[in-house]
Amino acid sequence: MQVETLSEYAEVAEALRGTVGEGGTVRVCGGGTKLCWGRPALSGAVSLPTLGLDSIVEHNAGDLTAVVQAGVRLADAQAAFAEAGQMLAVDPPLGAGEGATVGGVVATADSGPLRHRYGGVRDQVIGIRAVLADGSVIRSGGKVIKNVAGYDLGKLFTGSFGTLGVIVEVSLRLHPLPGPVLTALGKTDDPQVLHKGAISLSASPLTAVSLDFRWERGEGWLLARFGGGAGRSQAQRAEQMMEAAGFQTSVEEDDEALWADQRAAQRAPDGVVLKVSALPTDLAGVVRAAESVEAAAVGRAGLGLAWLSIEQPAPADVASRVEDLRARLAPRPVVVLDAPAEVRKEIDIWGSQPEPLLALMRRVKDRFDPTGVCNRGIFVGEI
Amino acid sequence: MERENAKGLLTQFERALAPDRVLTHPHELRTYESDGLVGYRAMPAIVLLPDTAEEVRNAVRICHEAGVPWVARGSGTGLSGGAVPVEEGVLIVLTRMRRILEVDLANQRVVVEPGVTNLQVSAAVSPTHFFPPDPSSQIVCSIGGNVAENSGGAHCFKYGFTTNYVVGLEVVLPDGEVVNLGGKEMDHPGYDLMGAFVGSEGTMGIATKIVLRVIPVPERFRTLVAFFETMEQAGHAVSDIVAAGIVPGAIEMMDRLAIQATEEATGAGYRLDVGAALIVELDGSEAECELAFGEVVGICERSGSVEIRIAQDEAERQLIWKARKAAFASMGRLSPNYYVQDGVIPRTKLPEVLSAIDELALRFNVSVANVFHAGDGNLHPLVLYDQSVPGEAERAEEVAGLIVQACVDAGGSLTGEHGIGIEKKRYMTKMFSDADLDAFQRLRCAFDPEQLANPGKVMPTPRLCGEVPGPYRRHPLEQAGIAERL
Repeated sequence: MQVETLSEYAEVAEALRGTVGEGGTVRVCGGGTKLCWGRPALSGAVSLPTLGLDSIVEHNAGDLTAVVQAGVRLADAQAAFAEAGQMLAVDPPLGAGEGATVGGVVATADSGPLRHRYGGVRDQVIGIRAVLADGSVIRSGGKVIKNVAGYDLGKLFTGSFGTLGVIVEVSLRLHPLPGPVLTALGKTDDPQVLHKGAISLSASPLTAVSLDFRWERGEGWLLARFGGGAGRSQAQRAEQMMEAAGFQTSVEEDDEALWADQRAAQRAPDGVVLKVSALPTDLAGVVRAAESVEAAAVGRAGLGLAWLSIEQPAPADVASRVEDLRARLAPRPVVVLDAPAEVRKEIDIWGSQPEPLLALMRRVKDRFDPTGVCNRGIFVGEI
Repeated sequence: MERENAKGLLTQFERALAPDRVLTHPHELRTYESDGLVGYRAMPAIVLLPDTAEEVRNAVRICHEAGVPWVARGSGTGLSGGAVPVEEGVLIVLTRMRRILEVDLANQRVVVEPGVTNLQVSAAVSPTHFFPPDPSSQIVCSIGGNVAENSGGAHCFKYGFTTNYVVGLEVVLPDGEVVNLGGKEMDHPGYDLMGAFVGSEGTMGIATKIVLRVIPVPERFRTLVAFFETMEQAGHAVSDIVAAGIVPGAIEMMDRLAIQATEEATGAGYRLDVGAALIVELDGSEAECELAFGEVVGICERSGSVEIRIAQDEAERQLIWKARKAAFASMGRLSPNYYVQDGVIPRTKLPEVLSAIDELALRFNVSVANVFHAGDGNLHPLVLYDQSVPGEAERAEEVAGLIVQACVDAGGSLTGEHGIGIEKKRYMTKMFSDADLDAFQRLRCAFDPEQLANPGKVMPTPRLCGEVPGPYRRHPLEQAGIAERL
């Protein structure tokens, strides 16, 4: 399917140039499901909606690639890809009304359980088109999976929170759907058992689609999902490994809800969610740290990524709990994702960064957005 | 800033490194005048062989203070001229920095210095784990070079590229400042500058410490080579395998000429009466591998394969691979010289691009042997020529350029794994607009405003950085008439 998109990108360019001219700033907005992430935007920022950029420009099923405009809802893109037995291997929580857009997911580099096997958003983006603050429409990468021509601006823009320019279109690599799936599930109340099970499964030759953990009120689960014709025999082997590690085990055929819960636990509309970038061997420590601040935890057991959520915290102690956690988990990065508006101003959202690195990031920002128009102030180091 | 002569910095370099690791004699310098693309040469004034990150930092800082351009180099196996020195500049060779700093298998990480070879990384984590990117030069090529070029290999379709396995870098920036991009953990807050650095071809600094992700070795491999009468049939088989949702660890194609050359060189037992050989290797868990292998055999049969050979043991598997891995080296059997391209096409465009290559070969009366990473559409057409025949080299280069054009026209890329370097920079405008190139330049200038790191590579024409923000000022290179503001 081909659509004429130039006029729409030109409109984005026009809006940006206009804002620059007036000395204002814009706040780029897709589905609006993650607008609360990052530092608070400047008051008076003009909202720049991308929902009008809503075309799947190409789906090249034979090449396992697609070109998608930023405003396409991820759920809609997945439905279209699924018709050809394919998927974009990115499954973050989709937010209110499943509103998350492809552009928003790329800008925040949000991810879900599929990351275990397929990598993050950065690993799926094979090309990007963006409008810079001066109105120039730029492109990097292309439509093929293997490509080293030019700098990889796709990776630079992925996770940049819209601070370098407005992402208007991305080229993506797709993967075949894993086929019928099922999950080996292990339960334990011992963080060490959870840890041991996670390490032995991720070191095994089993090819799980996802390998997650969950910890809530003193109880933990390890979830290993397998797909395809060999899924069952792999799940059975995973179950045996969990049993040997000391878990109570089962194999769940109807596992959709289990994984929906994993994704959902990465968000807390009324609470606080912290993302911890740890290592797989930190798992027991992360679980204990979560318990110490009365948080529940989910995450990627083989990757070391964890999301800690605190439901309805007393606003007064959020800041101290965040800092306690940071101190406990140092030097692992801890970033605040969800948090009630009234406490966001009090807490250090991104954590501290070494000055030479921040200086380099500021130089990048200055080159792409010299007047600080795009999402000013919301990112690391007040970029 | 006045640009100094590199030779004037000799005593400073000798203080910063040991004097025996500062080379200036023409005989010593000659070793470094080109990389794997031998057609491009330049003599540096000084070659430095630092031992530590601190020495790299000092060397870069001396260059920065004097405004002298420098080029970083690993083993020098690159195929796009990315490590060709700047004439009369400084060359920083990282091959002495070959310590494996940490092996952490529980976390699937290995931390190395840039001079460690690609194969040494896998060796350091074997037998349980491996490092998937495997360029054919893996015995000698360095990890620092792999990071600079975002190297690939035969296993990219399933496993991805170097960039998918780098999780952290310690980088000496072109002003001598040291930054850590990423770390042992994933998802460090801030811009993914590590992602931007990998594949930047030495134009943003020098990686002095590299944290890599490694993965468990698959428990089962199944390998076959299927012979077909035509490349179209083999291409059809590839499409059907992919359409069936099978993701082979490697899927490689060779045409008649390539088979002929490799068979003469290796005696691997490939059939010579066919138009195409398709190597398919599946890997993974035992159950998964066996199930998919049966399907692959069926697909090859239905696509008209005249013979399918299945490796029965590791020795037979290695024999199948021996021919493929010798493809470039064995071209000498067919022709004294060859010009290799690295274009990428959407896999479904294979038939039309192949016939375009055939037409070009006919029109220019040259032979082209074809070797492909078929899964990801990465073509390596080898345009054969004889340098001693006047005009042949130019004709080969012209054909190679037209092949690249055909790849871009088909929606592909100039290069899948070899990089732009010097060799392909003139083609950059075929793929990117002026605004795109300007965006690349913004990134480069954030890292290296004076453009001392590997100048003259990647970008088609010299561009200046200018100050940000602030009024326009003429750059020293512009004043000297070396570069123009675009």
